[in-house]
Amino acid sequence: MADKNNLIVYCELDEGRVADVSLELLTKGRHLADRLGVKLEALVVGANLDGVEDQIFPYGADTVYKVADKRLYPYTSNPHASVLINLFKEIEPQIALMGATCIGRDLGPRVSSALHSGLTADCTSLEIGDHTDAKTKKEYHDLLYQIRPAFGGNIVATIVNPECRPQMATVREGVMKKEVLDPNHKGQVVNLDPAKYVKDEDFVVEIIDREIAKSKVNIKGAPIIVAGGYGVGSKENFQLLYDLAATLGAEVGASRAAVDAGYIEHERQIGQTGVTVRPKLYIACGISGQIQHIAGMQESSIIISINNDPNAPINTIADYVITGTIEEVVPKLIKYYKKNSK
Amino acid sequence: MSLNIIVLAKQVPDTRNVGKDAMKADGTINRAALPAIFNPEDLNALEQALRLKDANPGSTITVLTMGLPKAAEVIREAIYRGADTGIVLTDRALGGADTLATSYSLAQAVKKIGKYDIILGGRQAIDGDTAQVGPQIAEKLGIPQVTYAEEIVSLKDGKVTVKRRLEHGIETVVSPLPCVVTVNGSAPDCRPRNAKRLMKYKYAVSPSEKAALPEDKQAFVDARPYLQLNEWGAAFVDADPEQIGFPGSPTKVKTVENVVFTAKEALQLWGADDAGIEHLIQDLIANHTIG
Repeated sequence: MADKNNLIVYCELDEGRVADVSLELLTKGRHLADRLGVKLEALVVGANLDGVEDQIFPYGADTVYKVADKRLYPYTSNPHASVLINLFKEIEPQIALMGATCIGRDLGPRVSSALHSGLTADCTSLEIGDHTDAKTKKEYHDLLYQIRPAFGGNIVATIVNPECRPQMATVREGVMKKEVLDPNHKGQVVNLDPAKYVKDEDFVVEIIDREIAKSKVNIKGAPIIVAGGYGVGSKENFQLLYDLAATLGAEVGASRAAVDAGYIEHERQIGQTGVTVRPKLYIACGISGQIQHIAGMQESSIIISINNDPNAPINTIADYVITGTIEEVVPKLIKYYKKNSK
Repeated sequence: MSLNIIVLAKQVPDTRNVGKDAMKADGTINRAALPAIFNPEDLNALEQALRLKDANPGSTITVLTMGLPKAAEVIREAIYRGADTGIVLTDRALGGADTLATSYSLAQAVKKIGKYDIILGGRQAIDGDTAQVGPQIAEKLGIPQVTYAEEIVSLKDGKVTVKRRLEHGIETVVSPLPCVVTVNGSAPDCRPRNAKRLMKYKYAVSPSEKAALPEDKQAFVDARPYLQLNEWGAAFVDADPEQIGFPGSPTKVKTVENVVFTAKEALQLWGADDAGIEHLIQDLIANHTIG
């Protein structure tokens, strides 16, 4: 396998289906690989991988590496980490991307530690660019810019890994766009012998019970979102938001502050540490607008901000700002919608 | 069975309560304006450790933290709540570390501690939100990791059973010991300080803190070994200088920008303006955004 220095995406599997976040990373990876003039590779590790490449090739992958063993699904840390560590030593990718999911955030650090390669978590943007070391003045070309909010969202940092490879990054689901490159695109499938990449001793942690529910909440695909922040004030006040959502046919979302305050479940969290959404209408209720939240909703087509603070940061990206309390404004939105929609 | 438990804890700036004075005029962070707190999920981890100690009398909880000398504050806080002792890993040479250099340094300290059955820590720290240090320490020590833990269900016969909270559900796993377990914020809150322990350990200090005390207090600490916290440097834990601090960090910060939102031309309304709100709704219906 002489083919080295490419960009590889670790593809996460959910009941035989390649996760959306992986397809989003393949889409982004294709652009980055073209910019670098290298191949886009995908790695799938699981139990039954027959035909899985058909889900991946439309997104532009040149090569799909498959490692199949019945013990490799569901995911456990050590076996998957071993596959990546051993394969990366062999094919020496310059960039490795994975989802910032429970799996990717468990796997990435273990792999980066073993390979002594830098890893940046929860990137909101990935670009290619040059870098000059401030001290040594050494120049580096075509590095991966790993861009992420840091320090509680008060700053945005661009991180580079000048010397170590692969340059590793995780990205949350929904941050990148998923786009089919060509439904008929085909590439090469490489079936790898699992025995060469994972040892029996790696299977140390045993899953004894798994209760994974299909998410009931579908904020990501919702065309209209009514989202509440800490300013909603209570769990009871969130009922107003549910009422508005039911009226408009919308989903209810929330900022991290509202989730941390226990007003609403984590599944509905929007932002860097939740889901990223792009609805046609986003109604932000009592959300101040920390960068992590903004990062997760700023591409909404129309943003309405309802806040009793006229200087809330979110107002600067809103199309409509209504200065007032949730209790006052939300019932009026319901009332006038009902009055005008018939 | 008595256990040797290590809890990893970090003193972090309270990024959740960033006030207007948190940024300096030159755009850098005014750390002095942010209170230093016990990283919240590390407290969830401490609670799991304390429950293990409750169930296994005679167990010892050692809190390990890397940071400035004043990070001894989190060790005292943990001791007030039931931990036994602690180590501050502090050294100028450790400064500027990314997650990899941090996990290497902490793993070296764990090796120096030597005996451990389980290592617990928070899932992630609120100043970086990376969730990387736990798994990286596990890799460096060559032991398994269990992340996103919500509850330690049982620990016996050299194995630990852990309930994990994932995106869409719960998974229960069994791992051999020793292992690293990182605990979610959804796990039970940490118990409060114990008043008797607060009295007893009020003067628990690290060597550098002791040096700043008046002589009589120093003698008081010298006479009571349980008040003496450990302070270790990079050389003491046999850390390779090339793998620690800024030089040992593969990731480098290229640029840092303050968050500035570019203002759009927003239509401003007041909550009392019924006609304006109704007009907005009519516009949204007319352009098929809603309805």
